[in-house]
Amino acid sequence: MSISLKQVEHVAGLARLELTEEEKEMYTEQLNAILKYAEKLGTLDTDEIEPTDHAVPLANVLREDEVRPSLPLERVLLNAPDEEDGQIKVPAVLE
Amino acid sequence: MTLYQQSIGEIHKKLADRQLSVEELVAESLTRIEQVDGRLGAFLSVDGEGARRKARELDGKLQQGGQAGLLFGLPAGVKDNMNTEGLKATCASKFLANHTSIYDATAIHKLQQQNYVLVGKTNMDEFAMGGSNENSGFHAVRNPWNTEYVPGGSSGGSAAAVAAGEVYFALGSDTGGSIRQPASYCGIVGLKPTYGLVSRFGLVAFASSLDQIGPLTKNVEDSAHVLQAIAGHDPSDSTSLDVAIPDYRQALTGDIKGLRVAVPKEYLGEGVAPAVRAAVRNALAELEKLGAVWEEVSLPHTEYAVAAYYLLASSEASSNLARFDGVRYGVRSENADNLIDLYRKSRSEGFGPEVKRRIMLGTYALSSGYYDAYYLKAQKVRTLIKRDFDQVFERFDIIVGPTAPTPAFKLGEQAADPLTMYLNDILTIPVSLAGIPAISVPCGMDNGLPIGLQIIGKALDEPTVLRAAHAFEQHTEYHKARPAL
Repeated sequence: MSISLKQVEHVAGLARLELTEEEKEMYTEQLNAILKYAEKLGTLDTDEIEPTDHAVPLANVLREDEVRPSLPLERVLLNAPDEEDGQIKVPAVLE
Repeated sequence: MTLYQQSIGEIHKKLADRQLSVEELVAESLTRIEQVDGRLGAFLSVDGEGARRKARELDGKLQQGGQAGLLFGLPAGVKDNMNTEGLKATCASKFLANHTSIYDATAIHKLQQQNYVLVGKTNMDEFAMGGSNENSGFHAVRNPWNTEYVPGGSSGGSAAAVAAGEVYFALGSDTGGSIRQPASYCGIVGLKPTYGLVSRFGLVAFASSLDQIGPLTKNVEDSAHVLQAIAGHDPSDSTSLDVAIPDYRQALTGDIKGLRVAVPKEYLGEGVAPAVRAAVRNALAELEKLGAVWEEVSLPHTEYAVAAYYLLASSEASSNLARFDGVRYGVRSENADNLIDLYRKSRSEGFGPEVKRRIMLGTYALSSGYYDAYYLKAQKVRTLIKRDFDQVFERFDIIVGPTAPTPAFKLGEQAADPLTMYLNDILTIPVSLAGIPAISVPCGMDNGLPIGLQIIGKALDEPTVLRAAHAFEQHTEYHKARPAL
């Protein structure tokens, strides 16, 4: 399988990245090299193999639903690019 | 030996005997940074004022009859992807150039309980993605043994800082080799603990199923000291293991008689430099002299590990890094006029090329129509790689091989070709996928550049890994070499 320039544009859109024309070409070339290398996985028969999503088997880790202290608002907003009245400000969402 | 060349164990003795004050020790560390870091670039920020203040506070504790624990007063560096309250945590990304931590990572909290001294935050590949530190969004790090060479990555700043004596230990994070490989390139000891042994709370996530915090130190005993401090269950990290923590120092008996050592033929095969192969063979002869018995084995799926890793780690990264959207923290583009545009422009302006490349690869591997062929396939191959290790560990106590196929390479030498760069991690990645512990210890030199020996153990069997590494170290001189800077 190989990835086309058009697919690179599509993936960039999904990843919320804006690429220049040069970047699109560069990533098309580089991703193709990586995907070509990854083709070797296809030579392994894994039909009967269970996937591993985690090295350590862990079941759901639960805790009591208790109120616990959280960080104070002024500290949480310390790194906010724009804020007003204790809330984070963003550009208009609706036209 | 001057102060900065000494180990935690040696410095601790001086502090405990009151031959040295913490203030003097911290001043020495800051002077060393001033002298050499212009040439190395190991630090992204140095908190001289905070370190001196902490030093005075700790000296006060000693004067009032306080006891100096093993890490008491020891100046340390912390990789810049870990949160230390009040200091910057940039992940070496322009996206987080002005980001200040608002809380402490659990590993940091634990070090504070041991009264360590945080001197500064160390440079790294942006978001821990890279193996040479050339991907730092700010500046490259140089190898203390030869500044034309890379220190390895992604914890290259931490490794260079310890090797150069700027700090006495450092924390790094390892996702596919990012502690072990720079330790190998810089001639120091780097330990990646079992996945889940050290809490990831407060470590900025790259690939959550693989990331693990660990120590970079001058010798194995120091590594055990730091691991002892940072290991342990943490309810704030749901993947943290709820297990009893052994006394790692007690494991350092020097006795490895009868230890069963497996040597995978794939780890000494094609692509491994002759000098590295020779150094590992010498190390095996050394282990044999100490009473260990070794045998060649096969980990047949080794050659598939890099491909599986880059699909899995990039997939997890594409999801983890979605949080960097320019809304709550980090860079916000000035050029956006709606919300989607703000996401796009902030991310595109803030992320460097390698981070974008991995986000693209991961997004593609997870996207509709490709998930089964790439992500799911890689997860299944991960099972096969894990099984390879399980089978060998039925008959052996440890696995030994090189940490990296070659010593450090020159800056710029591999920068143009991501795939070649990825293949440097071929001997560290399988261990990460299996979630098991491994340490890199110095085992030789080639043209003035260090070579690392990798010792791999069963899950949670850090004691055996440390015992073997320590026994080897006790009978060799490699770890005593220091770069002339």
